Amino acid sequence: MKPRRLVAATAAAALAAIALPISSASAAVNCAPYKQYGKLTGKTVHIFTSILSPESDIYMKAYADFEKCTGVTIQWEGSNDFESQLGVRVAGGSAPDLAIIPQPGLLQQMVKTGKAVPAPAGVVANAKKYWTADWRAYSTVNGKYYGAPLSANMKSLVWYSPKFFKKYKLTVPKTWAEMMKLSDQIVKLGQKPWCAGIGSGTATGWPATDWMEELTLRMYGPKVYDSWVAGKTKFASPQIENVMKTLSKWLMNPKYVNAGIGDVKSIATTTFQDAGLGIPKGKCFMLQQASFYGAQFPQGTKIAPSGDVFAFFLPSINKKWPIPVEGGGEFIVSFRNAPEVNAVQTFMSSPLYLTNRAKDSAGGWTTANSGVPVSAYPTPLDRMVATYLSNPKATFRFDGSDAMPAAVGAGSFWTQMTAWFSGDNPQATSTIDSIAKAIDATWPTA
Amino acid sequence: MSTHADTTTTMHSVRTRHDNPVRDFLSSKAASIAVFIIATLWTIPTFGLFVSSFRTKDAVTSTGWWTALSNPAWTFDNYKQVILGGTDNLQVPLVNYVVNSLAITVPATIIPITLAAMAAYAIAWVPFRGSDAVFFTIFGLQVVPLQMSLIPLLSLFSQGWSIGKVTIIPTFDNGLTLFGHQVLPAFKIAGNYAAIWLPHTMFALPLAIFLIHNFIAALPRELMEASKVDGANHFLTFTRVVLPLSVPALASFAIFQFLWVWNDLLVGMTFAGGSDAIMPLTYRLAQLSGSLGSHWELLTASAFVAMLIPLIVFFSLQRFFVRGLLAGSVKS
Repeated sequence: MKPRRLVAATAAAALAAIALPISSASAAVNCAPYKQYGKLTGKTVHIFTSILSPESDIYMKAYADFEKCTGVTIQWEGSNDFESQLGVRVAGGSAPDLAIIPQPGLLQQMVKTGKAVPAPAGVVANAKKYWTADWRAYSTVNGKYYGAPLSANMKSLVWYSPKFFKKYKLTVPKTWAEMMKLSDQIVKLGQKPWCAGIGSGTATGWPATDWMEELTLRMYGPKVYDSWVAGKTKFASPQIENVMKTLSKWLMNPKYVNAGIGDVKSIATTTFQDAGLGIPKGKCFMLQQASFYGAQFPQGTKIAPSGDVFAFFLPSINKKWPIPVEGGGEFIVSFRNAPEVNAVQTFMSSPLYLTNRAKDSAGGWTTANSGVPVSAYPTPLDRMVATYLSNPKATFRFDGSDAMPAAVGAGSFWTQMTAWFSGDNPQATSTIDSIAKAIDATWPTA
Repeated sequence: MSTHADTTTTMHSVRTRHDNPVRDFLSSKAASIAVFIIATLWTIPTFGLFVSSFRTKDAVTSTGWWTALSNPAWTFDNYKQVILGGTDNLQVPLVNYVVNSLAITVPATIIPITLAAMAAYAIAWVPFRGSDAVFFTIFGLQVVPLQMSLIPLLSLFSQGWSIGKVTIIPTFDNGLTLFGHQVLPAFKIAGNYAAIWLPHTMFALPLAIFLIHNFIAALPRELMEASKVDGANHFLTFTRVVLPLSVPALASFAIFQFLWVWNDLLVGMTFAGGSDAIMPLTYRLAQLSGSLGSHWELLTASAFVAMLIPLIVFFSLQRFFVRGLLAGSVKS
């Protein structure tokens, strides 16, 4: 009987541990900010998303008070087959009430089905007030606004070690030219400045597509970027081939890469997760990677402006666009026009909800909603990222390969970049031209 | 389709008990050794998973399971979380989803077998015109891929089927009213267990009818004639004579269908409509590790919890594979 009693005791303890904070919290809930959403007792709203536990727990915790005060029940369903399942369910007539869609392309596809409902007035008002025009454009289809973004991440970052920069008396570069000068300076120290890796299982090659996007946005601006993503500007055009040339002088320069790992070809075989692990050890000076890369560093690594690692903004190239920001995020789209669904959708676009969400984050979560005070973020990196994302002067563009047709954006663009990095003579004009033409050839004609 | 081949060979060996060269070879020493080696190789990954399920997360990420003895870091914590729940990403214990899976799997096994046995008997022993054509049509339906029917079925369950304004198949959301009388109570198929049972039944039937038909058709004609002479109608012959004799075929198909439905993710995920109350275990397992794979240590323990019930089913039905019920029933 002893072991069973032990189990019962642990179960009781576990239950008590869950029950306690809830009961103590419910006594202190201030329902005033939720009054505007009305009484929704007995109603259920079903949210379908690709965000799974434990990440989803913080999203759910952030709306717990809203549920208590309005009486609505929010049913959160996360699935790692979200992209395909959403299409099936919408076509089959059993769409979720709200879907959190991470690609603008998929959002447009859902609008085309005719089942998506334009966002209610409350969401539109929040979007106008708290998001920049660049962000709003991504969920506007045929002049109608379909949903506010939820989280946002930023790709235009360079990870470095403040500790080792200080040791070698290096300064963070403000312009592209300064960054190249800094790289040469590190070469003179007898070290390789950059580390990189594009390995990522079946998605191997995606970090290289990000580099192409960053450079296109920096060299030719948003117009060429958009036309390139739409397939109007070809890969084999003079602009994009020039972008490839710039990339080859940067991350294919045998003097620059691959710090602590190997030669240029090793970029193709190194996973993106492992690429920057040498930074806190002083084996590598710089890594271009998104804001979410912070989670890869081992526990105990201090991510701060004067810590083991931190990130600086990938500098601009052309002065016409001083703050080019590339990133990603997801949008909340509704499939049912009902008071309770509209209320939840509006609430999830409000600074109140997103501030709740930001406060509970353990770091690595940001939104582009400018109503969230920067002080709500727990880490200095998040505060920096949030400032860039909600800056109205920034030129924001969504990850371009996500918006290209899947045959290219999740296919030939990845594979050809991998072939380019692992091939011979990557810096030769003929190699660049053949890679560009190979990608163009796979662009769907219809 | 390997399952299909397995059943036919199993049933074949039940029927014919003559010695043959293949049988001799399979019972030779060399074959036994080969089987032993293959079985060991096949079991190693499962064994590794089993060992990992008792190790702490840190130990699993830093050292291989084969070094478990030299790096002892044993814990029951993974199982405790899975069985009791209550931790941050397992508020509801996994056991609840085991119950859901049973509520899906048991009817989704019994319904197709019942229908298939009756259909197989009718095709094999009730003489009617075109019975061969019916049989081959059903058999041919096996080529329809499950994935192709997801959207049509889902829309059928949620919206019914109508051509223009003529309703061919109604939804039962408001029940069914005929001539002013409520014939069926209000019942929502979409997002309910029925929405999962029906597709599983539909897609099991062609293979089930084919397999059980082959078995039932091979029963001796004398047996059917004897029961007819004794005054039994088709129903009595079916329930009293044919069903008891077909238990091996029914049981072997039941095992395959049970395992298939138990391990199914796609149908459950699509038709459960995201409702936590009817979500099968497999769907929960797929979500368990989190979007960034940060809780995958729970997968090892839950995999074994999920494996337990199919193992029980397999071992309790497995004897039917071997037992020949026909022995001595008829002189041949």
